[in-house]
Amino acid sequence: MTQLWDFSGGIHPAEHKEISTARPIRAAGLPERLVLPLQQHIGEPTEALVAVGDRVLKGQKIADVPSGTGVPVHAPTSGVIESIADLPVPHPSGMTDRCLVLKPDGEDRWQSRQPIPDYRSLDRDQVLQVIRDAGIAGMGGAGFPTNIKLRPPRDRKVGTLILNGAECEPYITADDMTMREKADRVVAGLKIMAWILRPERCVIGIEDNKPEAIAALRQAIEGTQTEIAVIPTKYPSGGEKQLIQILTGMEVPSGGIPADIGVMCQNIGTAVAVANAVLDGSPLISRVVTITGDAVRQPGNFEALIGTPIEYLLEQAEVDQSAVSRLVLGGPMMGYTLTTEAVPVVKTTNCVIAATAEELPAPPPEQPCIRCGQCAEACPMELLPQQLFWHAKATEFEKAEHLNLFDCIECGACSYVCPSSIPLVQYYRFAKGEIRIQRAEQIKADRARERFEARQARLEREQQEKELRRKERAQAAAEAQAKKAAEAEKAAESSEAGDERAAKAALVEQALARKKAKAEAARPEEPAQAPAEEAPDIEALEKQLTQARAKLETMQGMLDEAKAQQADNVDKLERAVAKNHDRVQRAEAALSEAKQSQAGQQAESQTTQ
Amino acid sequence: MWTSVLIAVVVLLALAVVFGGLLGFAAERFRVEGNPLVDEIDALLPQTQCGQCGYPGCRPYAESIADGGPINKCPPGGEGTIKALADLLDVEPEPLDAEHGVEQVKRVAVIREDECIGCTKCIQACPVDAILGAAKHMHTVIESECTGCDLCVDPCPVDCIDMVTVEPDIRSWTWTPPRPGVIATDRQGASA
Repeated sequence: MTQLWDFSGGIHPAEHKEISTARPIRAAGLPERLVLPLQQHIGEPTEALVAVGDRVLKGQKIADVPSGTGVPVHAPTSGVIESIADLPVPHPSGMTDRCLVLKPDGEDRWQSRQPIPDYRSLDRDQVLQVIRDAGIAGMGGAGFPTNIKLRPPRDRKVGTLILNGAECEPYITADDMTMREKADRVVAGLKIMAWILRPERCVIGIEDNKPEAIAALRQAIEGTQTEIAVIPTKYPSGGEKQLIQILTGMEVPSGGIPADIGVMCQNIGTAVAVANAVLDGSPLISRVVTITGDAVRQPGNFEALIGTPIEYLLEQAEVDQSAVSRLVLGGPMMGYTLTTEAVPVVKTTNCVIAATAEELPAPPPEQPCIRCGQCAEACPMELLPQQLFWHAKATEFEKAEHLNLFDCIECGACSYVCPSSIPLVQYYRFAKGEIRIQRAEQIKADRARERFEARQARLEREQQEKELRRKERAQAAAEAQAKKAAEAEKAAESSEAGDERAAKAALVEQALARKKAKAEAARPEEPAQAPAEEAPDIEALEKQLTQARAKLETMQGMLDEAKAQQADNVDKLERAVAKNHDRVQRAEAALSEAKQSQAGQQAESQTTQ
Repeated sequence: MWTSVLIAVVVLLALAVVFGGLLGFAAERFRVEGNPLVDEIDALLPQTQCGQCGYPGCRPYAESIADGGPINKCPPGGEGTIKALADLLDVEPEPLDAEHGVEQVKRVAVIREDECIGCTKCIQACPVDAILGAAKHMHTVIESECTGCDLCVDPCPVDCIDMVTVEPDIRSWTWTPPRPGVIATDRQGASA
């Protein structure tokens, strides 16, 4: 006998399971239209791989996640994609989401399938890929991609694999009926998962209110090392953390996952889906759904194609529309009220309760908390529901978080026992949502700050670069200026070509002065002679002086001509001279300086002149 | 007797020197650069960088708050930010100063792309570089990075930028708080 532990708290609500266990699982048949939401799992939404009007085969992949977490969606039967539209999906908000609408052609023609009966000869990663491609996401309710769950982090060895057949929530019998009727498949799926994970221990946990399922599974596990643990009926023993505690005595750390303590929990439905995917090559295109409640005449479990409208299933179960007061998706504890019957069955849909007014009456009005503490006694997570309630109501989310709000599994045990009928779980859900929004906003604000600062830094850098360039240009200009000045100086000193220019310039100026003074034509010859006297010590200068003299004569000729003609030439000459005046002056200054620094006789000769 | 007094004085002096040195060293070694309060305030601001507070960005506003400025000048943050700031600074929360604007629902800028002339004016105005485009080419807003600050709307010469309210969808939906129900006796009174 397997050793069992207990978890604190828990409640014993009326089970109502017998309503839907009287009949075997029935095939729901083919509805007129199948509505396939693009997101049926936790992670990124899928993208459609087909277009409107495309003909698809049963089992064909029609949507997949391009990157990131997620699993594909398959066509549950052959037919034509009628539209891709926003339609109501099973969600507590009652909002719409992108869906593919498939119109079945009635042929139910499969695409080619590849069963892998000898999966043990394959690589484990290949089998995980098969499970992913089959679109399997946790069928217990959360819808976490199974292939990812089956690949725990490298440093976490899964010692115990638990198959969760507790199904503790009232009304729901989908797992119960699956275990009764498909025990072999359940065990086959468990074997595949066990082969992937190589755990030391495999346990199927079942509540003791399902004797038929226990008997069927006992038979199916014959010859294997799998244990069957019959656990006492108590809500919420089917909660992952609670079941782990019951079967192993260990608690999943706050904020952690079961793999952290070497345990993994899988759902019964998921095991069947894994077996179908690997052994038959069939993707997840149908699931068992419980249709129950006092408002249906033929309650029971249906093997329904994914995408089957709830409305159609209710018809199959012969619903009495006039008696339905509330339609609940999921169980009465954790489910939510549906606003429309048009929503489809998705991978995580396990139960629909068509309840009469007497069965699930409207909740009585909330009354003030009387601090009785029954909620704390009922809480399976050993939280302080009362304190959490105060803080959530006062929107003091930080304090609620300090009291481990995020460890709340939203099982509803506290609301169930509350004598003041306070909808405690709704307060917690509200608080969790607000905290998540705040976190998302904080992340966004941080990113905005980062971008803003990066932009500021960039603008500053650009400004600095501009400044640097400007400085460089200024420096280059200054250098060029200095170079020019230095060259002029050098020319004056070494009397190279620059001197010639200077001499010429001097001559021009003298010519101008003469012209202005209207002196005799012979007079310019005197200054022309002067350079000859100036530079007797430098031979090179003498040579250039002769050249300059020759040029001076031509210049004089030109000037004379211009004077004689009294034409525009004079004006032009004057203008040119005026333009060059500065340059001439500078050259003169440089020249005089150089001369002063040079021999005194030169200076003397200059002064005498 | 004098020796013991002397010893006491010497010991105390020695202690004073040692601890003084330690304190001096610690003051130098562990000196805090800048005002850490500014960082804390900045972390509470919504980082829209919209300038509605009159400061050129969230950080300058945070600096002004750290210097004792009013905490009610941030319309994008609204009451929530004012409350958080009041908690942090231990002051009384004040109502939002309407002079700087009113609290609005979350919005993002959307460029009507066929009307965009590619002037890059909005790109220069965007404080978080959330607008993509090049001169004489169409621009567009990276919606996930847009803070909804409005700063790009005015510079647009052809008025092709709209501020669009962000509608909640199925992925951003969260549970609402339970409506405060009437207490049982009231309900009886109401139905009677």
